[in-house]
Amino acid sequence: MQDVNWVALAIFVLLFAFITWLGFAAARWRKGDLDLLHEWGLGGRRFGTVVTWFLVGGDAYTAYTFIAVPALAFGAGAVAFFAVPYTIVIYPILFLVFPRLWYVCHKRGYITAGDFVRGRFGNRWLALAIAITGIVATMPYIALQLVGIQVVIGALGISGTGLAADLPLIIAFAVLAAFTYSSGLRAPASIAIVKDILIYLTAFAAIIVIPIELGGFARIFSAVPAQKLLLPVPGPHTTGAYGSYATLALGSALALFLYPHTLTGILSASSGAVVRRNAALLPGYSFMLGLLALLGFFALAAGLKGLPEFAAGFKQFGNNFAVPALLLHGFPSWFVGIAFAAIGIGALVPAAIMSIAAANLYTRNIHREFINKNPTARQEAQMAKWVSLIVKVGALVFILFVPTQFAIQLQLLGGIWIIQTLPAVLLGAYTRWFNSWALLVGWALGSYAGTAMAVQVHLTPTFPLTFGGYTFPGYTAFYTVILNLVVALVLTPLFNAISARKVAPDETLAADYQA
Amino acid sequence: MDDTQRQRSEWSWWYLLFLVQFIAVLWPPFYNTAEPYWIGIPFFYWYQLLWVLIGAVLTAVIYLATEK
Repeated sequence: MQDVNWVALAIFVLLFAFITWLGFAAARWRKGDLDLLHEWGLGGRRFGTVVTWFLVGGDAYTAYTFIAVPALAFGAGAVAFFAVPYTIVIYPILFLVFPRLWYVCHKRGYITAGDFVRGRFGNRWLALAIAITGIVATMPYIALQLVGIQVVIGALGISGTGLAADLPLIIAFAVLAAFTYSSGLRAPASIAIVKDILIYLTAFAAIIVIPIELGGFARIFSAVPAQKLLLPVPGPHTTGAYGSYATLALGSALALFLYPHTLTGILSASSGAVVRRNAALLPGYSFMLGLLALLGFFALAAGLKGLPEFAAGFKQFGNNFAVPALLLHGFPSWFVGIAFAAIGIGALVPAAIMSIAAANLYTRNIHREFINKNPTARQEAQMAKWVSLIVKVGALVFILFVPTQFAIQLQLLGGIWIIQTLPAVLLGAYTRWFNSWALLVGWALGSYAGTAMAVQVHLTPTFPLTFGGYTFPGYTAFYTVILNLVVALVLTPLFNAISARKVAPDETLAADYQA
Repeated sequence: MDDTQRQRSEWSWWYLLFLVQFIAVLWPPFYNTAEPYWIGIPFFYWYQLLWVLIGAVLTAVIYLATEK
């Protein structure tokens, strides 16, 4: 690895110190009683349009995304750009469904998707399935954020053996854990503002400066091998790469706001209108993500993999090293410090929100439902704070002792699992026609089939579905949520017929879903 | 009965505009070509980036049209 880059390191540490202070100071921002779960875990539902924009943007577009999407472009080419249609089609979904969920959660005091499902369908086992899915899908996601930090710390030239090698990561995480514990969602909300300004600065500087250095876009794209430049045209009897591309985009979009951390971000908004306005404003992040994806091609055109100073980095981090290497190659040290801080802090924001969201789920839908049924408000908030710590320590241990590849594969499975909550949560916002036990069976079969299919294709995202001599490669999550839906549709009338009088009441009213 | 009426009044024809962006970006044959280039960027890339902006504008139009 290259020598320690002192200027970059100094700026990195300085910015980190600043957001640490900010994270603790956030406890006093829009002051509320942090001994109440909705104050600690949802920031009191008081964030307006601008703060929500930063919070949800910093939450959904994670640091790992900013490393991994360009890395995919660098390694695999055009397919990486599926992130763009993905982040286009999520916004109609956000606009149509999530204001309804916001209103009902606000009116009924729901904090998690599990709370909503519990109230809507009156089935605590279905709520438990939603909660466990959320927690399990979130854990590897937090671990991946740590990978983002690891890569930039490595790229700063800090290396060591044994505990010393992991020390910077452990410090970053201890800081994260401490301010999340004390300030709750207010901490990542305030830090997100700083982080996103840094990220936008980095993205626009990179998209302007580096192409100039490399002699323009035409030269960059002419350096990209033809088979990486576009999607391969499908052969006969298959939808080929086109089908994969479209289903990856659509399936990922359907799954995104089902994740506990994104839902937490949305529920912390101050009104349903704020959510709707953000559906028009958040594409700003999609645009930036598209620009950042192009950095993978810049790295390819700059021939970074052949440069001796980056050989060790690529060896250690693989293609994930492409963006840090490009920044080191194209910018003076002081700016590298800013850019790396943006990525590092960019990992802390979603990691904090994810741990809060997982803690909310455990507290509300597991602990309160099955263990201590009548906690005081104070006990409930305290439980969530402790769980947020446990979740983070778990993620840290995971990333220190388990190969990174394993976290990536688990995160892939997490996407398949979380989408199985779509019928209950997303469609549940519109109708309670479904029988809750039918939803539970659909969830179980979808999760099982998705896992089996993913294992069969060696934990890659797409599965080649064969049907009447045709092959339809597509996103496993997308296929299995259709299976889930069909099962729920078929079983609902059947289950209703068997136990017509035992259907639990819906505690929500139609009026709860509107302003 | 009141409920069903209120539910129905929530629907707006403006929402159909959302379909446009789904079709435009989820059908790769529309845009999986390098030509025409724009400032050296292949069509595949600038087309999809352009749709981010169009999608945002469409969403804003729908927001303004349906806001009570």
